[in-house]
Amino acid sequence: MNAHHERRLDGDREDEGARVIPLDSARSDGHRRGPDERGALERGIASGLAFLRRRIAGEYEVDEFGYDPDFNAAVMLPVARALYERWFRVELLGLDNVPEKGGALLVANHSGTVPLDGLMLSVAVHDHADRALRLLGADLVYQLPLLGHLSRKAGHTLACPADAARLLGKGELVGVFPEGFKGVGKPFADRYKLQRFGRGGFVETALRAGVPIIPCAIVGAEEIYPKIADLRPLARLLGLPYFPITPTFPLLGAAGLLPLPSKWMIRFGEPMPLEEYGEDAADDPMTVFNITDHVRENVQQMLYDTLLRRGPAFF
Amino acid sequence: MPAAAARVVLVTGVSRFLGARVANTLQADPGIERVIGVDTVPPSTPLGRTEFVRVDIRTPSIAKIIATAEVDTVVHLNLVTSQTVSRAKVKEFNVIGTMQLLAACQRSPDMRKLVVRSSAAVYGSSPMDPAVFTERDEPVEAPTSGYAKDAVEVEGYVRGLRRRRGDLTVSVLRFANFLGPGVDSPLTRYLTMPVVPTVLGFDPRLQFLHEDDGVEVLRRMTVEDHPGCFNVAGDGVLLLSQALRRAGRPYVPVPAPSMSMLGDLGRRFGGMSGFSPELLRWLTYGRVIDNTALVNELAWRPKHGSEAALADFLSARAPGPGVPLQLFDRLTAAFSRGGPPG
Repeated sequence: MNAHHERRLDGDREDEGARVIPLDSARSDGHRRGPDERGALERGIASGLAFLRRRIAGEYEVDEFGYDPDFNAAVMLPVARALYERWFRVELLGLDNVPEKGGALLVANHSGTVPLDGLMLSVAVHDHADRALRLLGADLVYQLPLLGHLSRKAGHTLACPADAARLLGKGELVGVFPEGFKGVGKPFADRYKLQRFGRGGFVETALRAGVPIIPCAIVGAEEIYPKIADLRPLARLLGLPYFPITPTFPLLGAAGLLPLPSKWMIRFGEPMPLEEYGEDAADDPMTVFNITDHVRENVQQMLYDTLLRRGPAFF
Repeated sequence: MPAAAARVVLVTGVSRFLGARVANTLQADPGIERVIGVDTVPPSTPLGRTEFVRVDIRTPSIAKIIATAEVDTVVHLNLVTSQTVSRAKVKEFNVIGTMQLLAACQRSPDMRKLVVRSSAAVYGSSPMDPAVFTERDEPVEAPTSGYAKDAVEVEGYVRGLRRRRGDLTVSVLRFANFLGPGVDSPLTRYLTMPVVPTVLGFDPRLQFLHEDDGVEVLRRMTVEDHPGCFNVAGDGVLLLSQALRRAGRPYVPVPAPSMSMLGDLGRRFGGMSGFSPELLRWLTYGRVIDNTALVNELAWRPKHGSEAALADFLSARAPGPGVPLQLFDRLTAAFSRGGPPG
């Protein structure tokens, strides 16, 4: 796949670019370093400059969804990667179940009050499965300034059947959180209990596109912002689905915005092929409900298994 | 089909850029006997063998021309998208003009074909839009103002005509924003502002259509039979920030309310065209349309993608101040050679 290779290149380039950021301090350190290191440093600076030049001249490409692989790999992923590696120490299980190419629908549980699980899942798939994960996001994301276009630049789009079908038709790996706000905003007491899986729209989309569903369980996101109460009137005032109270927020102010450093595990389950159902199945609500329940049970079982395996939440 | 071949073609809005270009292209076709151009103002460029008739299409006199000249094909390009005259007048032109024209078309026994310029603006712009619109998609939030609403109404009247005259070949073209060396539109004026205001927190996806491709699509629709409704846009997508960087224009993100205020000030004191609500929505949420149906129908693909259309437009203008990129090149070269200079 062509895009695949390009992405790899971007990733490599970016790694070098990321090291350059403290430009001045790096340069003054140059005297004390060996010749090899110095060469690498200079190459790093050169590639960082090349990235800046590309950005300033606008010489990069975005796809019809607004996905900007250059920007994503150089700016967004490194930030997320720091959280992924150092803070949440994410461990991956069943990575072989993510297909190397071709369309597939990744279905995961959603939790954590702030949807960092989507971000971590993108890093996991990008760094370890060498693919771009195209998430389907809530419409609230696209109404908000900044968040909307950053989400598009990271390759994500609005959760609507047309966009999902278009992405799957292009052979992309699409990720979806069917629980939506019910999942991400559930109280801490309900952790690791899957909520209703929407209305099964994701199953219809997968059936129509003829792609397999890959169940995915994310363990650890539940503990990052334990939501112990909800200020509904304030949420209504701000037009948000909920306004969370956590043990640290708003008690500690801005410091309360820091997620708790829980230990994460992401498990990819075996792909569930849908070919046996045939094309008409998408128009048969009973089949769609049955498959939805099946996927949900699968993810719930994976969640319990992975939770046991992880053990304590913070060590 | 020779029976449906265009013989006498009437082009509306001929004194404006697109109309003049289409008339000039059609008159070069030996199969077309007469090209009649109508508009309310005389053309600014010579029209060659196109016969110009100064007529207001809002009046019934347009029916007389269609009847006496035995017009068999009408290319309706009169959709006014700019804000140079008052909104009420623009609406008169767009909607009432189209109604009169369509009434005349319905009455005429010689009529065979109607080609209508519509706009991708009929899809509106909203954060709940699908990423890409196909012809079958309904707008999530239908446009409520400006030429976009006019275009929706025009399409409605065209559908009415098609219902009543099933024998007509009707093509409706939803054009993306035109861009090219000869285009002068609210968009081109926006892109060439010395400092370009953008909407804070939003970076819309934009699509452009090169003027040459637009004229070619209209030519093909006129001389061949392609009934239906088609999206017309160049391949590929640009973000607004990316387009402005390529143009070398400095841009300043400002909150949306101040943006429309700036537009008002510009219109009142600076002689600029201001930001109409639909332009502002487009600059906030953007819009992408799918041209697959057109490409399949014509077995032809626009020669310029969105990027090429922008590049061609920029090459005809004075470059923006931008950032001296040579500086970057020299620095990069210095580092990759090993060791900073000095």
